[in-house]
Amino acid sequence: MTIDRNARIRETHAWGDYHLLEIESPALGRKARPGQFVMVKIASGPVPLLRRPLSIHDAGQAGIELFFKVAGQGTELLAGKRPGDALDIVGPLGRGFSVPEAMNGKRAFLVGGGRGIAPLYFLARELAAAGVRPTVFYGGRTVADIPLRSRFEQAGWELRCSTDDGSFGFPGLVTGLVERDLGRAKPDLLYACGPDPMMKALAATARGSGVPAEFSLESMMGCGIGACWGCVHRVRGESGETWTKICEDGPVFPGDRIVWTD
Amino acid sequence: MDGLTKMIDLTTDLGFLKLKNPVLAASGTFGYGLEFEPYYDLARLGGFVVKGLYFGPREGNPPPRLVETTGGLINAIGLQGIGVEAFSEKILPKIRVLDTAVIVNVCGADDDEYVAVVEFLDGREGIAAYELNISCPNVRTGGLCPALSPRSTSRLVRRVKDVAKRPVIVKLSPNVTDIAEIARAAEDAGADGIALVNTFLAMAVDVETRRPKLANVLGGLSGPAVKPIALRMVYQTASRVRVPVIGMGGIMTGTDALEFLMAGAAAVEVGTANFVDPDAAVRIIGEIEEWCRGRGVARIRDIVGTLETA
Repeated sequence: MTIDRNARIRETHAWGDYHLLEIESPALGRKARPGQFVMVKIASGPVPLLRRPLSIHDAGQAGIELFFKVAGQGTELLAGKRPGDALDIVGPLGRGFSVPEAMNGKRAFLVGGGRGIAPLYFLARELAAAGVRPTVFYGGRTVADIPLRSRFEQAGWELRCSTDDGSFGFPGLVTGLVERDLGRAKPDLLYACGPDPMMKALAATARGSGVPAEFSLESMMGCGIGACWGCVHRVRGESGETWTKICEDGPVFPGDRIVWTD
Repeated sequence: MDGLTKMIDLTTDLGFLKLKNPVLAASGTFGYGLEFEPYYDLARLGGFVVKGLYFGPREGNPPPRLVETTGGLINAIGLQGIGVEAFSEKILPKIRVLDTAVIVNVCGADDDEYVAVVEFLDGREGIAAYELNISCPNVRTGGLCPALSPRSTSRLVRRVKDVAKRPVIVKLSPNVTDIAEIARAAEDAGADGIALVNTFLAMAVDVETRRPKLANVLGGLSGPAVKPIALRMVYQTASRVRVPVIGMGGIMTGTDALEFLMAGAAAVEVGTANFVDPDAAVRIIGEIEEWCRGRGVARIRDIVGTLETA
């Protein structure tokens, strides 16, 4: 865990409300693992006060990439940053996805809903490097909500898109698309990040077909480092169900440990 | 040594406890301390106050537990925690070896539980003092916390002081009419020091759903938004008690800390700033030192209570 106060934006990309920042930060890039996140300072003054948690979209020797959707004051200010601007970033934080070693030749389903696609690019890259064949499922409300599809296509992984309104790809929820394909060829692992109802449905699907699954949970966070206990989710542990810190014990949890509410 | 490189004497004597500098990390914002080890050497702190401990483990409130407001943060964590036994076995051995003051924030659902926590911890080494969190909702008073009246404060402090083998700092709630009156009650009951303030009772509403933004409806506001009110309360209290006062409430910078010291606080606690910058507390120590150096102030204790109002 590092505080990089001089992480520099190299390039920015925007698709409507969705933004991608390429950030120069060897300190963060070298340590990052798929599924981990960073805490980004938005303003130097007290408004907005808190850093924003963002999952790492990709990482390498030179730095990290962040992909996010404008969802409020913090992300809106972040979307206004330009190449050359310095960022103050704490990370990499949390426990990411597991990339098992004995997976050569196996298949993995990666399911992203909306901005939940963010951590799956890095994961797909690491899985592919470990000899796993990733199939990426990318769902959104409309075609405007799946802006990274060409990026995934260019990487050469199998990509299946869905839109709730049928404007692109499979018409309907991405969970429907996953269920359909799972019936055709069962993967060895399933990873997902997206809205809670999506992950809840996928957890049931994965359990029903006996596929081990991991989910990346999202939450507002006070600190991101386990100090405030603000970002909890119901999780089953050794001593039963508890409110478990997403930032420290997650954000990625095995599907069979997450207790879904609603 | 010339004036620029001269060491500033930051040592702070609370009477019952000597600190290497006047900056403590505040309870509830610093976990059990270890969370901050990746970012700096904890021995650089005057000390830290670990998250409030009830006797047993405690669940805490359902989420959402946090909401950010203008210049502030409202929390309703519900004092989730691991309890004294797990703390003593898993955490204390790792933090008591640090060369800094470890203070334990003590909670209780009733007076008996506060006493039980203190009696248990008295048997363990490596704790410098207790900070009595008298803002916990008390089951015996129908959910009111002892901090709300001089009588219940006095009764609780007396009971804890009767058994405690270590100094007892009493941490006050700002949600009262006259905080200095409560401080006096705590002092008269034997408190070794007074810490103030805890968070301000607050709420936020989502106008789209017409629902409160916190699952608990109400929470405690902290951060720079509360600093001027907290400072006023420290000022009013410091002049009315003889025991040392530890001031806190929205301290984000060295200048903020100096305001509290001048207003009469012998030491300060840094809270919400730890969330914004994991290394905030040590940065603030450095800023205090820089300020002293720039003004030819050789000892931080010469600053305490030097506010001139005439």
